[in-house]
Amino acid sequence: MSDETRDAIRTFIVDNFLFGDTSHPLPADLSLIDNDLIDSTGILELVGFLEERFAITVADADIVPANLDTIERIAGFIARKQAA
Amino acid sequence: MCGIAGYHGGNIAPERAADCLGRMVAALRHRGPDAEGTLIRGDTGLAHTRLSIVGLIDGAQPMVNEDDTLAVSFNGEIFNYVELRDDLKARGHLFRTTSDTEVLLAAYAEKGAACLADFNGDFAFALHDARTRTLLLARDRMGVRPLFYTEHDGTLFFASEIHALLALPGITADIDPIALDQIFTLWCPIPPRTAYRNIHELPPGHVMIVEHGRRTIRPWWQLSYPDRNDAPLAGSGDGTVEALRALLDDATRIRLRADVPVGAYLSGGLDSSLIAALAAPKVARGLKTFSLTFRSAEHDESGWQRTMAAALGVASDSVECTTAVIARHLPDVMRHIQCPILRTAPVPLSLLSARVREQGMKVVLTGEGADEIFAGYDLFREARVRRFCGRQPGSTRRPRLFQRLYPYLPGLKQQSPEYLARFFAFGAEALDDPLYSHRPRFRSTAAAKLFFSADLRQEIGDYDAAADLAAQLPADFRRWHPLHQAQYLETAFLLPGYILSSQGDRVMMANAVEGRFPFLDHRVVDFAAKLSPDAKLNGLKEKHILKQAARGLVPAAIIERPKQPYRAPDSEVFASPETPAYLDAVLSPERLAESGLFNVQAVGKLKEKVVKGQVSGFRDNVAFIGILSTELLRVAGKAHSHQPLSEIGKH
Repeated sequence: MSDETRDAIRTFIVDNFLFGDTSHPLPADLSLIDNDLIDSTGILELVGFLEERFAITVADADIVPANLDTIERIAGFIARKQAA
Repeated sequence: MCGIAGYHGGNIAPERAADCLGRMVAALRHRGPDAEGTLIRGDTGLAHTRLSIVGLIDGAQPMVNEDDTLAVSFNGEIFNYVELRDDLKARGHLFRTTSDTEVLLAAYAEKGAACLADFNGDFAFALHDARTRTLLLARDRMGVRPLFYTEHDGTLFFASEIHALLALPGITADIDPIALDQIFTLWCPIPPRTAYRNIHELPPGHVMIVEHGRRTIRPWWQLSYPDRNDAPLAGSGDGTVEALRALLDDATRIRLRADVPVGAYLSGGLDSSLIAALAAPKVARGLKTFSLTFRSAEHDESGWQRTMAAALGVASDSVECTTAVIARHLPDVMRHIQCPILRTAPVPLSLLSARVREQGMKVVLTGEGADEIFAGYDLFREARVRRFCGRQPGSTRRPRLFQRLYPYLPGLKQQSPEYLARFFAFGAEALDDPLYSHRPRFRSTAAAKLFFSADLRQEIGDYDAAADLAAQLPADFRRWHPLHQAQYLETAFLLPGYILSSQGDRVMMANAVEGRFPFLDHRVVDFAAKLSPDAKLNGLKEKHILKQAARGLVPAAIIERPKQPYRAPDSEVFASPETPAYLDAVLSPERLAESGLFNVQAVGKLKEKVVKGQVSGFRDNVAFIGILSTELLRVAGKAHSHQPLSEIGKH
């Protein structure tokens, strides 16, 4: 998965969930829920962003932490969706 | 219901003493517009602003007893004063007035501080005893009436509101970083801490005795529950429902004692409907009810309010709260609340008390307290579901119950069981964590600390508000049933720290209206505490026994309707095009930088999102109202001006 994808996801998270605070550590394997970066509404905002930015369709069954809880998992999920 | 203030000790010069009392009286005039008085006795000064409700002609304060040894400044009501007076008369006491204040003096003369246990009421008072040269400050069991204090130059100053203390020369309004951390986690400061450094609150159910300069603070009443391993507690059979109904009836009856008309708030929910139903037949001239309505369906309950008012055949009045009105009034409401808030919910309640006052009334009954005492809040059900899920962490069916708990949260409906499990974190904590029930709320609220500035974070250091709260719990807390532990946390902290203060006394007294709370009659509180957990939360059915007690008094449709927590629109009230002018001024980068409390850049982006109407999540709503209310408070504390805060930014 390209760094470009990870950067786009990271930028979305920083802009929308950290309100531009770049000082917050955000490694690719950081859990978004356990670190209180995202709540139930935030998940849906994230899904909307992924669908628009990466031209994929996210089914209800896809909305699970295994796909969306870290930048790394989100990037892998996008790659799988785009390859399908 | 009134405002009280005073000082004790130190070497305060006579002219300064009079000036201090005068300043505090001026700051408390809104609580007691009917009369005022001051009294200086040796090293003690007492002040009072009066809202005349009982003993209209002969209840002036501060009041002294017959031999002039005792003097008191009293705020609130002792509802059982009629019975206490009869008892004291039988013991030889003579009464010159018809007021409950004189009963207090006689009861103290008879028993000292032990008289508090005889009082059924909501009160805060300062009593000077010339015989022992002591000052006694006391506050009611549940924390209905407020009492704050500070020390300056060796003198103790006290008052009903922080305002009055800030009006004194040399007392500054500095926001306390630890209090801010507590509010942005627990929703309120842990007493005796307040939002301001060096200003303290006498905790509910406590007395302070100052004797020869030595100050002792101790509880005179404590909320307690039975040991979970004790013999079975009372369920909802065997006459318990009838006993509860009789108790609530009496609690309502004595709260109608007043020499002025008493009205009632009616939300359309079970609690206020039941109180109105119990009160209506006892009000000879007809009960009048007051309600809030909203344009948004998720907040509005006007249909239920009409149903209940029609069932009782009472006169009803309502105030419509538009988003623009809420935004406009927040600054002036903050002036009265004097503590950061995370919701706008106090604003509509301030407008409601203003309507009561416009209608010429001074006293209202309300249904507050039932959700704490009889386990009505969703949080209690949520904790039960979390425990249920926590026993089978792998289950994908059990977490679906969360969607049933919160049908009004659309964000949850679309979540998978895996996400529900993670949001409610039922597997993450030990089931014996004393704060188990409240962890999700504390955690999701604390996420708003993201907006704290680096300087504020540094001042707070590794302080942990939840750990501090856990350290304050009574020794026998761990022996209580989990539901009782959760009820204690709500009743002992959030109820006085937010519901009865920011949503209660402060916004009612801003308009000189006294709230009375039958569910918080200590006999009802003690009765409910002794009930079995299932009598309160039956499966996932909340307030089980209260619903049984309401049958025949309240229409079945209201008893059976899904619970709708009282909420008002939050950050959406600031969305364009109705964004009030003060918003840009109060949250300008310059002002934020000057305050130093919040991250200027992040708050700027949050504000942008709010104005565009794009904030929908819990954290961002809580953060925005929390930040805005804190900054409004800072401006109010600093300015001490009479310019309405809502005028800030208008040129």
